[in-house]
Amino acid sequence: MGINIGVCALQGDVSEHIMAFKAALSASGQEGEVFSFRRAMDIPRCDVIVLPGGESTTISRLLRKNEMYGPLRAFKGGIFATCAGMVLIGREVDDPRVEPLGIMDITVGRNAFGRQRDSCEMAVTIIGDERPFCGYFIRAPVITSVGPEAVPLCYADRVVGAVQGPHMALSFHPELGGDLRLHLLFLKRLGADTTAP
Amino acid sequence: MKLEELRFGTELVKRGFVAMQKGGVIMDVVNAEQAMIAEEAGAVAVMSLERVPSDIRKAGGVARMADPAKVLEIIDSVSIPVMGKTRIGHFVEAQVLEALGVDMIDESEVLTPADEDYHIVKTAFTVPFVCGARNLGEACRRINEGAAMIRTKGEAGTGNVVEAVRHMRAITSGIHELQGMDDIEIAARARAIEAPFEILKDCAVRGRLPVVNFSAGGIATPCDAAMMMQLGCDGVFVGSGIFKSETPAEMALAIVEAVNHYDDASVIAEVSRGLGNAMPGLDIHKIPESEVLRFRGN
Repeated sequence: MGINIGVCALQGDVSEHIMAFKAALSASGQEGEVFSFRRAMDIPRCDVIVLPGGESTTISRLLRKNEMYGPLRAFKGGIFATCAGMVLIGREVDDPRVEPLGIMDITVGRNAFGRQRDSCEMAVTIIGDERPFCGYFIRAPVITSVGPEAVPLCYADRVVGAVQGPHMALSFHPELGGDLRLHLLFLKRLGADTTAP
Repeated sequence: MKLEELRFGTELVKRGFVAMQKGGVIMDVVNAEQAMIAEEAGAVAVMSLERVPSDIRKAGGVARMADPAKVLEIIDSVSIPVMGKTRIGHFVEAQVLEALGVDMIDESEVLTPADEDYHIVKTAFTVPFVCGARNLGEACRRINEGAAMIRTKGEAGTGNVVEAVRHMRAITSGIHELQGMDDIEIAARARAIEAPFEILKDCAVRGRLPVVNFSAGGIATPCDAAMMMQLGCDGVFVGSGIFKSETPAEMALAIVEAVNHYDDASVIAEVSRGLGNAMPGLDIHKIPESEVLRFRGN
């Protein structure tokens, strides 16, 4: 029995996430299936859900329209959320146009770095890993506060990544660059159920 | 954080921005009110314009970049990305749009070309560019100049999807043909369609363009949008189709839904109900050749 990884494909960089998780599964020697889904009824068969990068206002509206808020909040597996996904997974967002899921105990600020001309590649420090990670920050959000249930994982001046149980939220896009360390860490944490990174 | 450690406008940052737009609808808007309607409907970005293409056709004369005041008004009204159109080859209009803070620049045949020989050198900019294309050769030339995204041209401002379909099919079949070829045959094809070999080779390996490809130019209904998605594009631009329809807010919402569930006819049927009249169409065969937009830029 392999692990079922479903990428929420309402909008955003879905194929990049599928390729990255396929590569991560094979690099970690795990069996599994990576697929995209666009209906709430597909959520229960997932062990992992990926909330991809995209436009958080668009995805938020489509989650509501497709009645996914309830099933996602009730989901028992791990959620891997990047960029717009991180905006959605938090407890609070600084923008009323986005309804957060409230799954992770973090507060998120949208477009914290500015417009696209301010988007950049930047070195990220991962707690417990000496090698810097090249983070692709694209109109990226930041974590403005980390509540007691979540733990910061990544820094680039500010907090740009956090974990909570099996969940991981990142400001940037590890699915774009080919460096799989964060995907592998996520998969490793899935079974372990640790509270610290 | 030292500034020298930050790398802005790299190819991956440009293409990454575009990847975030996939599965989305980008809507033409001419003021803050329309921009907010588009955002509320779930648009992934808006294109800031002085006039929508169908009005550009009516107005005639030289169509240029929008007034910076208009662009800024739109930027200030929404949180989603804002794009702006520059004339083909008009690199100073593009510099101005970048300075204003637009998130992406469309080097567009909808405006009057400023240079009939050269397109903008898009690698010189920090923000990504999207360019129109009618076929594989044209798409590859634009990618070679640094376009991070392609949109099939269609025929803007007509409400007639026929050219959008033609251009999408041309690119797809152009790539299908490559996939049966060895390198020497691809090299011969590269000469024939005036496309760089390396980019053609990349298309052959991937089985698609190496950049995101949206459809544009004549999409006027949820069915049009879903058809373009089924033909293999990554998302759609809707120009006059929304704010020239009878019920813009409803049409905007319906097209977003149709793109989202492009392969589910029951959803498309549901969202298409009671939308009123789509934008008035234009018979493409009756447009005088001088006013055909898709022939601009090659």
